[in-house]
Amino acid sequence: MTNIFSVALPEIIILISAMSVLLLGVYFNNKNSTSLFGITQLTLLLSAYFTAQLPMDSKLLAFGGMFISDSLSIYLKLLSYFSLSLVLIYSKDFLFQKKLLTGEFFSLTLFALLGINLIISSFNLLTVYMGIELLSLSLYTLVAIDRKNKEASEAALKYFILGAVASGFLLYGFSMVYGLTGTLAIDEISQQLMDAQASSFVFSFALVFITVGIAFKFGAAPFQLWVPDVYQGSSTPITMFIGSVPKFASMAMLIRLLYQSMDYYVIDWQSMLLIMAIISMLLGNITAIAQVKIKRLLAYSAISHVGFIFLGLATGAVTGIASALFYVSAYMLMTLASFGIIIILSNQKKNEIIEINDLAGLAKEKPWMAFLLLITFLSLAGIPPTIGFYAKFSVIQSVIQFGWVWPAVIAIISALIGMYYYLKIIKIAYFDDPNSDKKFVKQQNFEFTITLSINVMAIILIGLFPEFLLDITTLTSILIF
Amino acid sequence: MIVTLSHYLFLAGILFSISILGIFLNRKNIILILMAIELMLLAVNINFIAFSYYLGDLAGQVFVFFILTVAAAESAIGLAIIILIFRNYQSIDVADINRLKE
Repeated sequence: MTNIFSVALPEIIILISAMSVLLLGVYFNNKNSTSLFGITQLTLLLSAYFTAQLPMDSKLLAFGGMFISDSLSIYLKLLSYFSLSLVLIYSKDFLFQKKLLTGEFFSLTLFALLGINLIISSFNLLTVYMGIELLSLSLYTLVAIDRKNKEASEAALKYFILGAVASGFLLYGFSMVYGLTGTLAIDEISQQLMDAQASSFVFSFALVFITVGIAFKFGAAPFQLWVPDVYQGSSTPITMFIGSVPKFASMAMLIRLLYQSMDYYVIDWQSMLLIMAIISMLLGNITAIAQVKIKRLLAYSAISHVGFIFLGLATGAVTGIASALFYVSAYMLMTLASFGIIIILSNQKKNEIIEINDLAGLAKEKPWMAFLLLITFLSLAGIPPTIGFYAKFSVIQSVIQFGWVWPAVIAIISALIGMYYYLKIIKIAYFDDPNSDKKFVKQQNFEFTITLSINVMAIILIGLFPEFLLDITTLTSILIF
Repeated sequence: MIVTLSHYLFLAGILFSISILGIFLNRKNIILILMAIELMLLAVNINFIAFSYYLGDLAGQVFVFFILTVAAAESAIGLAIIILIFRNYQSIDVADINRLKE
């Protein structure tokens, strides 16, 4: 017998805080954004504390088996709090200058976090759907929060339409699963499929719909259409948020739906994930070469990284999940650092950094920022001794252990293609002459610079000593089953 | 003629396909896309209710209530985004909204 309040306490705290931040924002007339920032960070800290109190090694069910707390949920939730906290620190000044640091912003990020937590902890198709919608509706609004910006509203529209289509596909798949098994609970679906002991054609049909829905939300090719437009159109802090935290939710959704409920159909979804992984890695890396806008480039780079995560998950083995969890954690650190650098330079420059050529001459004027950029992009490219190298290495290792050599070869080739454009950015920052019309202003924000430096140092340190993180992800993925 | 489960599933399948076509072939108005999204969710609802009735299980009908609620919230946000688009572009024609293409 578990007490629902102890299992769902983090979510309850987030919900209360999301609503009170919205009210306080209106009450303060959005003039006291520092206190709203403080309340939000405190919420994340409290939620993290109560999440860490839950036991890693046992599965606690609440709300009639709809809500679960296990090792996967604890690990991914703690990562979500951590990355959202960094996102808020990085976006504070940028959004303040654009007069967007309002109660709505904090409230929407907290509601999005609530949706993420709900997906991560869901053990029923109904909770999965509610979590996805809570997350997606908050994200559509966050993209559109810069109301007078034409690009942002267009990005919001595209994200809304494609996101709604993805939810529709997912729901159609859910309805077929319900019809075939007569239940919505994830463990019962798995049990029913085991008992039936026969592959049904209709079920494979439902599986296709569900996998397409997941791939849409993850941003894997060939369902990546929304990714470049949304990354480019929304303001940089919102892009950073969309690029980092919801990946944990998509990851959890994939593990819950495919590994925990449809494990009987492992052969079917394995091949689908493998094909999508290969298309994503190649398409993302090849298309990124042609990009001149930095956020669009990072969007294609995100697609290729999702391809690596899918490759780890396609193995259907515990080592695959462990490597994918490691990859998603590493990717979170790298995304936050890369967008953090763009934001800190945009803060200090008269003009925002939009094209990769805007970084020219960075090393001469701001050597420390250029060094942080160097480490982050080397890590994204997967060069040792950074965390990005070890993440790619562990995925490829688990794929080869599984006996798939040719996907590993394609992964290595696509990583090599990707190196070209990451190194091109480093070359522009270090060797190109600065633009005369754009100047980096000498203006310091200590809190931001120190957090960013620690973030980048973590990329090197975990890259040098990866065993610690790898042990955690391996333990987490063993305890899932 | 006896109406069986497969009739309902067929109807839902047709509605779902119409809504997909409505979203991807539509080159005129954003409001039409919003209507197609609603139609898609309604097709799923028909599926759920038909299964729920034939399985004698209530969970499907409960799910439909949640989908209806979420669909209302979703169309509210969709309409808000369309108002935003109209303010920024003075048009809600799909062809006019193409700034994010290189």
